[in-house]
Amino acid sequence: MSENNVRLFQGNEACSFGALAAGVNFFGGYPITPSTEIAEILARELPKRGGHFIQMEDEIGSIAAVIGASVAGAKAMTATSGPGFSLMQENLGYAFMIEAPCVVVNVQRGGPSTGLPTKVAQADTMQAKWGSHGDYNPIVLTASSVEDAYYKTIRAVNLSEKYRNPVILLLDEVLGHMREKIHIPEEDEIKIVNRLKPTVPPEWYQPFEITPTHISPMAGYGEGYRFHMTGLTHDPWGFPTAKSSEIKEKMDKLMLKISQNVDDISTYKEEFIEDSHIIVIAYGITARVAQQAVRIARHKRFKVGLFQPETLWPFPDKGLKKALENANLAIVAELNQGQMIREVQRLAPKKTKIVGAFRYDGELITPDEIVNKIKEAN
Amino acid sequence: MAVASTVVYEYLRGKKKFPHVWCPGCGIGIIMGALLRAMADLEIKKGDVAMISGIGCTGRMPVYCDFHTLHTTHGRAIAFATGIKLSKPDLKVVAIVGDGDGLAIGGNHFIHAARRNIDITTILVNNKIYGMTGGQYSPTTPTGKFATTAPYGNLEHPFDAYLLAKGAGANFFARSSVYHATQLQVLIKKALLKKGFSVVEAMSNCHTLYGRLNKEGSAVQMINWFKDHAVNVNIAKKKTPEELEDKFITGVLWEDNRPEYSEQYEALIDRLGGRKKEEKPEAEVVKQ
Repeated sequence: MSENNVRLFQGNEACSFGALAAGVNFFGGYPITPSTEIAEILARELPKRGGHFIQMEDEIGSIAAVIGASVAGAKAMTATSGPGFSLMQENLGYAFMIEAPCVVVNVQRGGPSTGLPTKVAQADTMQAKWGSHGDYNPIVLTASSVEDAYYKTIRAVNLSEKYRNPVILLLDEVLGHMREKIHIPEEDEIKIVNRLKPTVPPEWYQPFEITPTHISPMAGYGEGYRFHMTGLTHDPWGFPTAKSSEIKEKMDKLMLKISQNVDDISTYKEEFIEDSHIIVIAYGITARVAQQAVRIARHKRFKVGLFQPETLWPFPDKGLKKALENANLAIVAELNQGQMIREVQRLAPKKTKIVGAFRYDGELITPDEIVNKIKEAN
Repeated sequence: MAVASTVVYEYLRGKKKFPHVWCPGCGIGIIMGALLRAMADLEIKKGDVAMISGIGCTGRMPVYCDFHTLHTTHGRAIAFATGIKLSKPDLKVVAIVGDGDGLAIGGNHFIHAARRNIDITTILVNNKIYGMTGGQYSPTTPTGKFATTAPYGNLEHPFDAYLLAKGAGANFFARSSVYHATQLQVLIKKALLKKGFSVVEAMSNCHTLYGRLNKEGSAVQMINWFKDHAVNVNIAKKKTPEELEDKFITGVLWEDNRPEYSEQYEALIDRLGGRKKEEKPEAEVVKQ
């Protein structure tokens, strides 16, 4: 790794260059604080690399253009924040339905509504999972440092291509705007995944073919395969169906292609879990704070460990269950009034006391606040 | 017409997709036929066409057409089409929208695609009502006409899609009706050839709902109404506003030659030297 590859980047910059490294060649977006830098950087960089950028008339149009480009064959992405993410929900559901790979970056800010455009929150944790109507299975990633934002963007693009599924990357205002040192890897150090393409004769091609992995090969436009896709519940050929058996088959496919591969998709980080009976659980920027809090508390002789979900959805159930096996106390730190804590309540053993360390006034939680929670609850 | 009528089979998806969902006598089939014949006239290859629709009766058209077809969400066809055209500029992109779909919920995308002047041919099927949901008033329902949500007559004023498209910057706007099937075919052909955002408004009959609620009769009577009330744009120029009061104007109403968006973008890529960087690193193919 040469020194020339060291940069002082904002989280949003890292996300943008991560996208380019992953092969993103289409971006459709709409200006919104605190994600706008991603659009600005890609507006500048994409045409230089033969890719396409467009500023659409709203976020509904942005995600529509992104899905359109993806179906046509591009690696497509958008970036937004709270209100824009809400506007995208219907078309995001469409992307799940037609199994269009794409990445939606949500640089979280305070809500509801216009809320706090320039202040931090993690209050879209549940919306990222349940935001659109109907049953679907999103992949939601998080990042906790500028360098992490770079690699998680690459991972988001790769997972979307591998599973033919939209992937949501939840960043936040602080991470998006803070600057840190980052090592940019060489091109050949980056693993890139491309969607599976059909190899059958065109007349046999089913865009939603039932396969053992539940992942169907996807042809782009103008590649010799003509096919139909619709937001209506459809058969393997892509045409609307009202047959119960075909409806169930489709709905199962949407769930199983993700849930059967949780071990591949869902990752987490741990620190000091083995000897700890107090576990702090936090994701994203709050995990950085929690990391410091855990160090301070251990210095004060508390047996504290950190569990950090890197993938929020599907939630790392197995990992958390194991981490909480010997825990008497779980502290869930998040920048909302209690969203991820529901997952902890679902997974923790009965003996574990669960306490929330919530902050939702537009500021980051501090290490001391988490340490105090540990002291109070222990 | 007799010769041309077999041509459409080349562009249809075959028997298994029929019968179609539209009511007997619906005008949408005539519009689809005119579009496919226009494609045949221009010898456009099926694999070079992307057809995108929204929601509503009109939105069902792509099921029957053997192109790259995408049936999207309500009102968003043109926004999806924008992404497709920009990322694959060699494709012939056709958006099929209804009056509620394209001008109410999708009005914003219609305006901005026209402003951007991106090369999408939009077929606007105007039957003056929401058909699929059962007869509610749309942005083109005339004032005073009845709909299930206008039980005392429509208090609102309708859009003139021509003024909207022209004002927003489209390169082409033409209008015809399902009575004027041959003219419709000719106009769609012109629109397909026109670079930039082009719109063909096809006046259609919804006798099942609009016709019944407004006592305008059967499909035949409604289609005859189009025959009796259409005025060609060249003749209309010589008429007074009073003479044109209950008429609609057909033909090419607007044509311009503003630069087209995706062509401009491709030129930008060339200017920035982006073309040579297109090759991508070796990718790992996902095992199935």
